[in-house]
Amino acid sequence: MNHSVTEPSRLQKWFAGTLVVIYALVTIMPLTWIIATGFKSPADAIAYPPKLVYEPTLEGYVNLFTTRSRATPETLAQLGPPQTWYDRIVRQYDMVISGPSRYGERFLNSVIIGFGSTFLSIFLGTLAAYAFSRFRVPLKDDLMFFILSTRMMPPIAVAIPIFLMFRQLGLSDTHLGMILLYTAVNLSLSVWLLKGFIDEIPVEYEEAALIDGYTRFQAFYKVVLPQATTGIASTAIFCLIFAWNEYAFAVLLTSGTAQTAPPFIPTIIGVGKDWPAVAAGATLFLVPVMVFTILLRKHLLRGITFGAVRK
Amino acid sequence: MAEIVIRNLRKEFGGFTAVKESSFTIADGEFFMLLGPSGCGKTTTLRMIAGLELPTSGQILLDGKDVANMRASARDIAFVFQMFALYPHLNVRRNISYPLVSQGVPRAEIKARVAEIARILGIEPILDRPVGGLSAGDRQRVALGRAIVRRPKAFLMDEPLGALDAEFRERMAEELRALHDRMGATTVYVTHDQLEAMQMGDKIVVMNHGVVEQWGTPQDIYDEPATLFVAEFIGSPPMNFLRFDEAIPEGATTVRLSGVEIAVPRTKQATTGSKSVLGVRPEHVRLDDAAPYRGVVVAAEYLGTTQIVTLDTPSGLVKARVASSLAVRTGETVGLSFTTPTLSLFDAASGRALAVERPMLRQAQRREAAHG
Repeated sequence: MNHSVTEPSRLQKWFAGTLVVIYALVTIMPLTWIIATGFKSPADAIAYPPKLVYEPTLEGYVNLFTTRSRATPETLAQLGPPQTWYDRIVRQYDMVISGPSRYGERFLNSVIIGFGSTFLSIFLGTLAAYAFSRFRVPLKDDLMFFILSTRMMPPIAVAIPIFLMFRQLGLSDTHLGMILLYTAVNLSLSVWLLKGFIDEIPVEYEEAALIDGYTRFQAFYKVVLPQATTGIASTAIFCLIFAWNEYAFAVLLTSGTAQTAPPFIPTIIGVGKDWPAVAAGATLFLVPVMVFTILLRKHLLRGITFGAVRK
Repeated sequence: MAEIVIRNLRKEFGGFTAVKESSFTIADGEFFMLLGPSGCGKTTTLRMIAGLELPTSGQILLDGKDVANMRASARDIAFVFQMFALYPHLNVRRNISYPLVSQGVPRAEIKARVAEIARILGIEPILDRPVGGLSAGDRQRVALGRAIVRRPKAFLMDEPLGALDAEFRERMAEELRALHDRMGATTVYVTHDQLEAMQMGDKIVVMNHGVVEQWGTPQDIYDEPATLFVAEFIGSPPMNFLRFDEAIPEGATTVRLSGVEIAVPRTKQATTGSKSVLGVRPEHVRLDDAAPYRGVVVAAEYLGTTQIVTLDTPSGLVKARVASSLAVRTGETVGLSFTTPTLSLFDAASGRALAVERPMLRQAQRREAAHG
């Protein structure tokens, strides 16, 4: 019997290719729309029928990063002609830049909280997964199920208890609080995923290292970790995407110091219906996750198909 | 190099006893085989010697020092795994030097020792290759290199040829034995292949169900199996068992098989029950028209210089290894005679062999060899 997979016909290939292209267009569509809106003027952004051809402007980005105030003609006259390109954009509306906006801070908060909780989830998850995979842990299956059970309801269902706990512990609107919260949510995912990856690494490698004179911990970080990088990278992507995009808890638990970008971006719209600034904020917000994912893309693909092929 | 003494070693996993009170001694420089079917406890025993499992009770003396509860890294023992377990993220050179790095050996010396090992094993051209693309044989050599480079007290090998194909196994077995003879290192080798054990080992321990059934040289184990299990496990085809419902007293020189007297070596023990077993290797059965014990030829298997003839006798099927020049026809009734000094007697109740006197064993074997 022939077990080999038959080569797809030209028609099948063409059909599959078309499907992929259509799917890609559907998913890319909203993204391109957001990116395009970021470079429109406020008038073009709300034009109906929507404008596909327009004169690009950085107005949205200027508005995103600044706070502006309306100036009287006398003040404007006193200031003289605009000095920079962004001054010129603002002057069209008889405004002057009065200071930076909070977008930078909020963005930085997202970076700290997103990457911080991802690091913590992976660090704790790898250790726990290694222990579950290699040691005789009493009630192992029950513990694994218990860890997974924290995922069996939407996290927001426990929002009120968490809100009260955070208030008691003084964790509301702090970076630490948000890092702990996202780590708690991500940890079950990371333990389960990483246990799967570590299970696939033959235990003989560590035993060889133990015999070769290394301690258990040295065997773990010199032999197991290098081989688990694929699994760690793909798990890290999933953890980061969750923590980066999380909105509900961020709205509930942060308002100032530790507010992340997702709850902040919609507030940019203010009274001026400033869609281009919102779109600009969303566009920039996409960049870190995209860069991170592209950097780890090779691992992600391998991670998803890991264990499917016996090496 | 070291002597390893195993004393009353026992291992339980939860309610399951993998190894029951085993004792044996591995002499310095010996090539020692742990032989048995899968699940017999041989690998568990090896892993306890290595320090990968801790024994439930008992002692492991390495050069007189009890190491049973010491960690693996402190025992100075090398281990060759069945699947080689080469570190996949390191190249050949770094794989081999890994144990030296952990010991803090100076870099120049590591380099010299790796070069020496590579020369011995003939793997110099592949030193800087990643281990991923290597052939099974080369992986095996790298795994050996990683074990040898440390100059450990002993080598432990867990079915190291199990992952190789039949043709290559033969060659690797020879290489391994030659390497051992050259280095004179104490080696403990686990296998389930009795031919491999007989071919390579100085001494063999045969295990079954966590119990050491017998311990001795390949010749001792083949000629004088201590139990029915060993008699059946060693040799291909295995020893024939002719069962009969009669006790054997001490000092007996004959047994009765279906009314026919068969001469046996003089017994030094009596059976405990009334059931006994006569054990005879296929090569010790002769087809002899004059013999009173008769059987019908059921089948003949041609093997080149010899043939295996299966005979239906009153005590069941018996296989005889006879010269292939002998003409046998299926359906024909022939007489069977046995080479007396080579016969084994077992107590069917305990499964253990009866002690017998065999002053003529070696002469009888030589005579048989001369006749072909």
